[in-house]
Amino acid sequence: MSTSGPQKSLQRHPLAGWLMIAPAAVLIATFLIAPFILAFGYSFTNQRLISPNPTEFVGLRNFEQLIGVGTLVLSPETDDAGVVVRDDDGALQYPTVRSFTRANDDFPHLQGMQEWFGWNWGDDRVVVLARDLVFMKALTNTLIFVAVVAPVQSALALLLALMINQKLRGINIFRTIYFMPVVVSIVVVSLLWRFIYDGRNGLLNNLLEFLSFGLFQPIDWLGNPGTALWAIIAMSIWQAVGFHMVIWLSGLQTIPVSLYEAAEIEGANAWQKFRFVTWPGLRNTAVLIIVVITMQAFALFAQVDVMTNGGPVDSTQVLVFQAVQRGYEQQNIAGGSAISVILFVIVLTISLTQRYLTRER
Amino acid sequence: MAAVTEPNHVARTTWRYALLIAVAMIFVFPILFMVVSSLKPDAQLLRDTSSIAAFLPVGDISLDNYFGAFRRAPVGLFIFNSIFITLVTVLISLFLCSLAAFAFAYLEFRGKAVILSIIIATLIIPFETIAIPMLMVVNSLPFIGANGVQWGWLNTYHVQMVPFLADALTIFLFVQYFKDLPKELIEAARLDGASWFQVYRLVIVPIAGPVFATAAILKFLVMYNQYLWPLMVTQSEQVRPVMVGLQYFFQLNTAWGEVMAYLSMITIPVLAFYLVLQRAFIASIASTGIKG
Repeated sequence: MSTSGPQKSLQRHPLAGWLMIAPAAVLIATFLIAPFILAFGYSFTNQRLISPNPTEFVGLRNFEQLIGVGTLVLSPETDDAGVVVRDDDGALQYPTVRSFTRANDDFPHLQGMQEWFGWNWGDDRVVVLARDLVFMKALTNTLIFVAVVAPVQSALALLLALMINQKLRGINIFRTIYFMPVVVSIVVVSLLWRFIYDGRNGLLNNLLEFLSFGLFQPIDWLGNPGTALWAIIAMSIWQAVGFHMVIWLSGLQTIPVSLYEAAEIEGANAWQKFRFVTWPGLRNTAVLIIVVITMQAFALFAQVDVMTNGGPVDSTQVLVFQAVQRGYEQQNIAGGSAISVILFVIVLTISLTQRYLTRER
Repeated sequence: MAAVTEPNHVARTTWRYALLIAVAMIFVFPILFMVVSSLKPDAQLLRDTSSIAAFLPVGDISLDNYFGAFRRAPVGLFIFNSIFITLVTVLISLFLCSLAAFAFAYLEFRGKAVILSIIIATLIIPFETIAIPMLMVVNSLPFIGANGVQWGWLNTYHVQMVPFLADALTIFLFVQYFKDLPKELIEAARLDGASWFQVYRLVIVPIAGPVFATAAILKFLVMYNQYLWPLMVTQSEQVRPVMVGLQYFFQLNTAWGEVMAYLSMITIPVLAFYLVLQRAFIASIASTGIKG
């Protein structure tokens, strides 16, 4: 204790302060900040997990490989007289995409690309090509997953929170039940739901068959490119919705009861009470929940790894799964890091945009 | 008047309960199905899915699937690994994070504000985006253990623990809690000649029970349910946790009864823990949402 008085001696203790934060700070620097910076660094190199050759700087090549796209307008084939050729069914004939993307010196920028999707425009056919088709599918699927899960899960969680917020005897039992899947591992849930979604003995098919009096034709939910991603979406919401219900609920409970009493005196109906009392009071909670769900949704991995492995025909490929496939399975640290960087930039952009759009005015 | 409103009120309450119960069934039935199925032989399990029997412990009930699961994989080892990794990580991280938070909340020193804001900013980095470069980090770190210095952390217990010993959310929770504690307690202890570490241990820790419980539950859920990271760093069966051990049950001709038995074994303890402490669990999750 020095002569500077008790107040001062309480506060200025640099050594004690540094010693107390040092372990946590060093760990966070080593296992959070360093890998984060390394992700950016590796994404500009050809780093591999184990390699006999020295690592080289390759500039933006990894990113060009991933997000390279091109378009191609194909005109129908004509015969020598300039008349379009039709096959036996009357369909137009087009030159193959392959003839442009393989060893064609007139189209060097399309070299090695694959057809992603296309549409007809008059007699012409427009084809969009991607340099890394699997990555593009992973990117699109991830965006679809987030775009569906974020609003639907937030809305359902709010609905559940409103149900749980009623003053009824035994309501806590329901709160406990709705929250239950949150404490069950998503890996366990995924394997369990693989059985529920099964094409032959699955519970879901049997349930739908029963509800439709046998009219419903069984579907192999995870084996069908049209339904697999949606099956994963539904299950993910089932598992996590209780988490956000609880956050909504704590938001609901901060709204003063007096506001509801005032609304009641004014003769407000249930919808008006929600619209003019509840919803304005939940503004901050809403921003938080949307940001949290968005970030969690972008991290989608375990469901895909356990249920579909990205299939069928890449219909459930997602970014984290691809990053792991390349960075871990193929030991291509640079490729996996590049995907991680793209993922982080998207997450950051979206959460900053969400915060900006919903800022206090 | 009462005679008019009473039936109306009863009808409305009944309808509300009906809706609550219908929704509850959506959440309960898959889990119930898992536990009930783990008790049935495969043939019956598959047959039962077409009726309500899927959710009832009827027919040929036994624990055979559980024995089968133990024969198929070293289940006991996986469970031990998971408990060991989770327990050690939770305990050490509570200590390190609360100690750091104590300094952030009560001490003044140069660089404090900057370091705290950097730590809070890391909340925006999803683990999934740093998992791949983290592989490189742990692959090139030294570790001093019983066998002297070893390079590379793959296939060990510590590779599954050390990266998670300090995290921004836990530190943040503690800082929030400590800030609201009365400062007079600390000043009194300091005037009595207590060192800062003594203040932390003898004054703060004893009155911070609720936040320790919250942080412990959140960390427990994260650690026990780890999947991506142990999947990448444990090629060796010896150190695998339960979630990665699941892969032994993925085979083409899935023995669903054994799968369900394994799932039940690794889930029921957590569910029981949750049901006993459900207030604390729910309060933990709610506390992550207090500050936007």
